[in-house]
Amino acid sequence: MATPRPPALDATGFQAPSQGLKLPYAWIVAVTAFVVLWLYGEPIAKSAFDYPKAYTVPLAKWISAAMKWLLNDASFGLFSFTELTRFISAVLDVPYTIAASLLSTGVLEGSGSSAIQILPPLSWVAVIGLAMLLGHWLGGMRLALLAGGCFLFLAVFGQWSSAMITLASILVAAPLGVGLGLLFGVAAWRWRWLERAITPILDLMQTIPVFAYLVPVLFLFGFGPTAAVIATLIFATPPMTRIAILALRAVPGEITDLGHMVGCTDRQMTWRVMVPAARESLMVGMNQVIMLSLNMVIIASMIGAGGLGFDVLAALRRLDFGAGLEAGFAIVALAIALDRLSQAAADKLSMPSPEPRTQSAFARHPYLVAGAALVIGTTLLGFVVPGIHTYPETLELSTGTFWSEVVAWINVNYFDTLEAIKNAMLLNVLIPFKRLLGSLPWFGVTAFLAFAGYRLGGIRLALLTAALSLFIAATGQWEKAMITVYLCGISAVLASLIGVPIGIVAATRDRLWSWVQVAIDTLQTLPSFVYLMPAVMLFRVGDFTAMIAVVAFAVAPAIRYTALGIRRVDPRLIEAGRAMGCTEWQILTRIRLKLALPEIMLGLNQTIMFALSMLVITALVGTRDLGQEVYIALTKADTGRGLVAGLSIAAIAIIADRLISAGAIHAKRRLGLE
Amino acid sequence: MHSANLISGRTFRQLTAALVLTGASCLGLSAQAGAQDSTDPIKLTLHDWTGQLITTEIMGEVLKKAGYSVEYVQADYLAQFAGLETGDLHVAMEMWETTGREAMDAATATGKVENFGPTGMKAKEEWWYPSYMAEKCPGLPNWEALKDEACAEAFSTAETAPKGRYLGGPVTWGGFDDERVEALDLPFEVIHAGTDAALFAELESAYQRQAPIMLWIYAPHWAPAKYKGEWVEFPEYSPECYNDPSVGINPDAAYDCGKPFGEIWKVGWAGVKDKWPGAYEAIKAFTIDNDEMGKMITEVDLDGKTVSDVVGEWMTANEDRWSGWIKK
Repeated sequence: MATPRPPALDATGFQAPSQGLKLPYAWIVAVTAFVVLWLYGEPIAKSAFDYPKAYTVPLAKWISAAMKWLLNDASFGLFSFTELTRFISAVLDVPYTIAASLLSTGVLEGSGSSAIQILPPLSWVAVIGLAMLLGHWLGGMRLALLAGGCFLFLAVFGQWSSAMITLASILVAAPLGVGLGLLFGVAAWRWRWLERAITPILDLMQTIPVFAYLVPVLFLFGFGPTAAVIATLIFATPPMTRIAILALRAVPGEITDLGHMVGCTDRQMTWRVMVPAARESLMVGMNQVIMLSLNMVIIASMIGAGGLGFDVLAALRRLDFGAGLEAGFAIVALAIALDRLSQAAADKLSMPSPEPRTQSAFARHPYLVAGAALVIGTTLLGFVVPGIHTYPETLELSTGTFWSEVVAWINVNYFDTLEAIKNAMLLNVLIPFKRLLGSLPWFGVTAFLAFAGYRLGGIRLALLTAALSLFIAATGQWEKAMITVYLCGISAVLASLIGVPIGIVAATRDRLWSWVQVAIDTLQTLPSFVYLMPAVMLFRVGDFTAMIAVVAFAVAPAIRYTALGIRRVDPRLIEAGRAMGCTEWQILTRIRLKLALPEIMLGLNQTIMFALSMLVITALVGTRDLGQEVYIALTKADTGRGLVAGLSIAAIAIIADRLISAGAIHAKRRLGLE
Repeated sequence: MHSANLISGRTFRQLTAALVLTGASCLGLSAQAGAQDSTDPIKLTLHDWTGQLITTEIMGEVLKKAGYSVEYVQADYLAQFAGLETGDLHVAMEMWETTGREAMDAATATGKVENFGPTGMKAKEEWWYPSYMAEKCPGLPNWEALKDEACAEAFSTAETAPKGRYLGGPVTWGGFDDERVEALDLPFEVIHAGTDAALFAELESAYQRQAPIMLWIYAPHWAPAKYKGEWVEFPEYSPECYNDPSVGINPDAAYDCGKPFGEIWKVGWAGVKDKWPGAYEAIKAFTIDNDEMGKMITEVDLDGKTVSDVVGEWMTANEDRWSGWIKK
């Protein structure tokens, strides 16, 4: 925040990128004013340090009261608000029941323990076979083997039944998320005012931790898989909408002109011209929805969705690290299979479809026929040979106590070393930084943020950053917010320090990059609980363990965006650099990194967002920040308290996001990229 | 009730249920359940600790024997109250006085959740240390030994030294340990674990290294069976000690005593009584004691048996008991 910008970043350098050695006077003045207030202001202006209690806004109480009204009294005349939400969840229950009967429960008559199974669910052989067929159709033999392998992993490690429950809810949530996201995206693309209206809502949906709105979701939509689907939708839809808006806007003018020339109506224009033209980018959105839905698996299992998330939680409660890790990797396997399949679908769909040939129905749809034959065949065979229907238990593998023993071995032999590292880190970095942030005056920080907003983005940004930080102070969350900033800030810095170099090294080496990609996909989808508990064993509860969990999660975007940025640099420029006699180091620092800077900035932005989204998880190892506040509110079913803390987290995220994006635009202008 | 159900509920499933109802009653499946009892499944919540899974499965099996349809739903211990209030969930078999009281009181105050009485198990929660620490601090388990500085230092870490380190439960559990340390003037610093899993991860870690640790342990749980250790003996709990500063050792402070022993309650949706009157009686009648439960938890968590097997054995061994619960 307070780092002085390089000279050319000064606002006057806007139009003239090469102004040279002009000092950023405005920044120097602002920083000085801030430091003076911080060091000498306390005796004079007490209320600039501690927000006056009398002016605290009891927003939490208001929200709780509004929620109560919504639940008990709100009515549209014919039916009440709760009845409406219950109706929605009843509608959602239909596709979920269908998916669950196919994959896990079978077609049932009746409910509960007295239900009778009419038809068994798909056998494991059939599901693996279908995944392979889909893989073969979309991406050939390699993909078929990958998809089959991922599903086989589930069966071999005894995760099948839980994994199918999880898959059923993903199969409902992901298409819905894609569909709704696309609809909102199209609407926002068509009507500019709508985009302006929903952008802040999208920001909030992505940055408020799920725990904060879990309680109202449960009250409104009932307890069970459908509530979990709705919570997943709230969390996973926004990226789809954003990508849809961007993708539609990026459709080349020639295509729209063509559409107008051939006389498309508005509706045809949207669905027949624009959406197909943008489908490649739209598939990226779909991929994000799938990944984010899988991120929700653990939380969904806490509200009745069951499945792999429940297995992870239960295993870690008995400290069975092996079982937790196996269930965790089952989630990763599902994620990789679904991700690679959806990426292949994106490639396939963006290629022109071959000319339809006149052949018999069988020959035209070989995959459909093979799939149907597989399903019917294995189902019938399953009645005769039970091993085909349910994976035989005797063939299941398990790592057993291996992982617990590994952790125990490290613990016994290296605990003292680890403890020394941890203490050095805590005493020299973490605690001083925490104290420093805690001592800053809220008024000074707010004013400084407003100044930074003004310099980087103008008066509107200044008003936004000031208003958001005032919101945090006025709702009485300042102290906890500072702890949040401290934990996330340090973790984001560490994640960048680790991630950016890895990204740079991996970017230019294709083989390494493909392995790094697998590693970061794993980090992103493996539930952090799986490594949080071993970390507690080695580092005890507290901020350090929390930091490890946050860094492990937030390092993924730092690596990904750095590598993508560098890989995207035009090879001709590098050739030109070589021709001019640059050394490799000069090519890296003067060409690659410089041109990749906007992507790297975006990566840092995402690193901060990821770090903030881990806050609630770190509350589980005893931090005392806004995440803990949200968690406490959840356990007390206090809607207002949770949402206010959640909104404060969102406020921090939005301030960071806006300032960094504004900085990135600055940097782009300076480098002449725009 | 009915109109709410139509919209609130699983319209789809109810439709199938209604269709099947005719079929099922012909087959005599619901013959045992009382005539006025609903055939909808009774939803029991499962949490993520073994004891609760066992209690719930025993109750579920008993209800099945009585002819009820039963469904298990995995739910979070505290988040489940949202479901119990709306009638989406019906029965929660373990609500601990010590950790769930506040949420339970808030829920019963709405009138939509009912306390179905004690399970017969008593929750014990207190400061606990592994037995290898006894020689470093010979006065234990008497709490006054902790006032000795050498003893406290034996429990210290770099961050807390020279004070001892006491690992308390998650903030959400309450427990008043910060107040207790203050009131009894103990040279200890209270660190809060974020979750129950973190608590036992630290214990496992320390136990493997035979390292010092003092922490919050509760029973019935597998930990006191797996690790050898003892509870610190504080002055006995009384409600006055918590509410009235003048009572107890320190005349100026409350909480100058140990933690309460608490009932473990059964709670559920208030509508159960009308919808499944027979099941309601059976749930109220359910009791089990700490020793029985401790034994079963150990069999599952340490001997590696499955919950269903252990429950099955209990069912055959205790047929007289549970058939009494469902007698009409």
